[in-house]
Amino acid sequence: MNYTPHTERDIQHMLNAIGVASTDELFAPVPESLRLNALNLPPGISEMEATAFVHSLTDRETSLSFLGGGAYDHFSPSVVDAIISRGEFFTAYTPYQPEVSQGTLRAIFEFQSMICELTNMEVANASMYDGASALAEAVLMAVRLNNHTRVLLPRSLHPFYRRVVATYVRGIDLELVDIPWSDSGTLDIAILKRELTDNTAAVVVQNPNFLGVLESLDEIGDLVNNTRTAFIACVNPISLSAIRPPGDFGADIVIGDGQPLGLPLSYGGPYVGFFASRDAHVRKMPGRICGETTDVDGKRGFVLTLQTREQHIRRERATSNICTNQTLCATAATVYLSSIGPQGFREVGELNWHQSHRALQALTALDGVRQKFSGPIFNEFVLEIDRKASDVLTALQHRGIEAGIDLGRFYPTLENCILTCVTEKRTDADIDRLIDAWRAL
Amino acid sequence: MNRDKLIFERGASGRRCVAFPAAVDSGTAIPETMRRDVPPNLPEVSELELVRHYTALSQMNFSIDTHFYPLGSCTMKYNPRVHEKAARIPQIAGLHPLSENAQPALQILWEMEQVLKAVSGMDGFTFQPTAGAQGEFVGISLIAAYHRAQGNAKKVVLIPDSAHGTNPATAAICGYAVQAIKSTERGTVDVEDLKAHLTEEVAGLMLTNPNTFGVFEDEIEDIAALVHDAGGLLYYDGANLNAFLGQCRPGDMGFDVVHINLHKTFTTPHGGGGPGSGPVGVKQALLPFLPLPVVLKEGNAFKLDFDRPESIGKVSSFYGNFGMVIRALVYAKMLGAEGMRRTSEMAVLNANYIAAKLDPHYDRPKNAQPMHEMVFSASRQKKANGITATDIAKRLIDYGVHPPTIYFPLPNVAPETMLIEPTETESLEQVDDFVEAMIQIAKEAEENPDLLKEAPHATPVRRLDEATAARKPILRFKTNNP
Repeated sequence: MNYTPHTERDIQHMLNAIGVASTDELFAPVPESLRLNALNLPPGISEMEATAFVHSLTDRETSLSFLGGGAYDHFSPSVVDAIISRGEFFTAYTPYQPEVSQGTLRAIFEFQSMICELTNMEVANASMYDGASALAEAVLMAVRLNNHTRVLLPRSLHPFYRRVVATYVRGIDLELVDIPWSDSGTLDIAILKRELTDNTAAVVVQNPNFLGVLESLDEIGDLVNNTRTAFIACVNPISLSAIRPPGDFGADIVIGDGQPLGLPLSYGGPYVGFFASRDAHVRKMPGRICGETTDVDGKRGFVLTLQTREQHIRRERATSNICTNQTLCATAATVYLSSIGPQGFREVGELNWHQSHRALQALTALDGVRQKFSGPIFNEFVLEIDRKASDVLTALQHRGIEAGIDLGRFYPTLENCILTCVTEKRTDADIDRLIDAWRAL
Repeated sequence: MNRDKLIFERGASGRRCVAFPAAVDSGTAIPETMRRDVPPNLPEVSELELVRHYTALSQMNFSIDTHFYPLGSCTMKYNPRVHEKAARIPQIAGLHPLSENAQPALQILWEMEQVLKAVSGMDGFTFQPTAGAQGEFVGISLIAAYHRAQGNAKKVVLIPDSAHGTNPATAAICGYAVQAIKSTERGTVDVEDLKAHLTEEVAGLMLTNPNTFGVFEDEIEDIAALVHDAGGLLYYDGANLNAFLGQCRPGDMGFDVVHINLHKTFTTPHGGGGPGSGPVGVKQALLPFLPLPVVLKEGNAFKLDFDRPESIGKVSSFYGNFGMVIRALVYAKMLGAEGMRRTSEMAVLNANYIAAKLDPHYDRPKNAQPMHEMVFSASRQKKANGITATDIAKRLIDYGVHPPTIYFPLPNVAPETMLIEPTETESLEQVDDFVEAMIQIAKEAEENPDLLKEAPHATPVRRLDEATAARKPILRFKTNNP
């Protein structure tokens, strides 16, 4: 099955118009030595067979999941997928021609506005690929702002995000400094203070951090705000329903992954990075930005703007090489936030807070299960047990439950620790099922 | 309904769409210093208001579903609905990236890797890049890692002057100096100019083939030999792979690293500007440097391999845009070997038909036979009546056609360019309608140039003041109520 509409008659008509005898002649510019007789692939199949293939892979029970760690199982209202399934949104491309792209442009403008609202920042871009690359771009932007040469990264930063930052800064001379966590699971402020030297380009803080623990953004802001060092905060946007945003504490750049805002888990992507900053820094920002203007009749309209920062104009002097980003995912997040509104957002935050704390209380009441870190948490927490985390997790998997992430995968010293996440979707019955299964081990 | 409003300007304070069950108090309160007391100013609308608003927005877009969309270099072909259905199967859409029950996802990644290896002639792929530009970043990072491992300090990446802006931007981000190579009259790489630039400092050459004029680089084998002899590597920008899918392979041409845009050649939807997917493939010698993890097949099981000490690291939060990979795999399976050949044949046929029909009416800056897309210029119309590529593009909108890519290739390479890529999924009737519109516009340019200069006429907004937008940026909605 292929999607070409040409009949034999059409083909003949077109070949005649071109003045060649066969389509093969049109490939004459390809040297004979390079021409393939056939691809080493099976013959095509029908839609029915393709559908059956996908179902054959996926025909299995799903587990009850308490996994988080950068990707979260939140409720997405039906309108979100309904809107982004409209062909006018998902089969359009980058709004290069604003007169016929006002739908996409307005959705982007709304997205930028909502990200500013969530983070309490002044300006946001049209989206980045995901949270990790948004952080990497934030670090590169900090270096553009102050030309300093070292960046402080918490050990409690998502380990995959750390790897992405390291890969992105390879082309410039930048020292990445590791800041450990304290006993409570928060950034070790004393070490942060010591490492915050004059040539520090940025302090990165993840909130909540990879251990689920909420940081004292006020303390960190106080340390960084009167220096030329950039304060970069990486946040879970759902937490901003209940927790004060980094914009309140003088953050220079706030980034994160918008996946929790109505996007499916989809084995890690597509997600959407968001990127917010201060008006003063806007010309140093990476990525596309949509702005409001008027047309020749004075009517309000929207365009991609400040494009002299970008690769298609500035080429090797661009602020980033980003081009295609994640517009449809940004549109989904915009519809999600519009559908839940300020009240629904507060409710989601409260549900995450209380369901996770109730699960934490029930779990730590079990024999041999302790809370590893004493710092406050939002919807994820670390449990410490008396044996290897993987033993318990595997046993629970056999009972159809994914109880959390084995932290030994990322930190050898935490091989007895499990990172467990409880979103608003995990009901009391789900928590009871986890407790019963655990007790039965 | 007033179609001009933003979602913030609709609804009323206290109005609701989605609500959640009440939380049961856990007895633990949010610490006061951390608790958010000022809620974000989000819209307060009913579900119907919301649906009407976004439906109205969608109707302000041109899209493949609604209009012919010959946006050159972007391969705007039909996006099959079966792909959407496959990606939304709950066991796929609901699969957590750190789940231990991920065999189906790993099999999908592995199978798509086999497809891309067969199509490209490369030895292994990563799916981590989420777009073409990130693919370029990975590709050039791999080349840098390869040279470092050989103990070579290379400093320069060569790029044709007609290349896409992401190419030089990428090379610069990876720490390389960029040198431009001239194009010939035919639009291909000027081999003499290439020779003059090939020193031992050169890490590699980035090339799109067919190039951005839609012309096949027929000296590619000689070019590859020259670059390799000088100790450099060859990078293939797969933006234009649709031109020769199933006919020939970048791996056989001598390319060492390739990126393929699944959102172009493998028709995953463009989404208004993403999500895309830009998998990167390499030859054997560069396999150790691929981003981690890679998917391995052991017996009938699949696993993620993180134990790769020479890897360049990671570029995305997890494994890239997996949701795009499953769409592409369904497409590849349905097409099969013959369907892929047919795809490129019809893409090239449609493009050459348009070129033949429009040649009498517009200048074509490079006279070589195009493949799947071609560059026309408004230079004749500009000289005669002051009509620019922009004017023609905007007038096409009145005819119900999304404009081609304009001013790419850039004005310093060719003037007033219009890059037209019809793709293989358009019918003869549609292509004829487009040709007719372009011929009509060429006539209007002579007889009534103002009609073009004032176009478009019937869109929700007309030409927009981009200069003011950049000079006095308004980048977010601000409420009047504090």
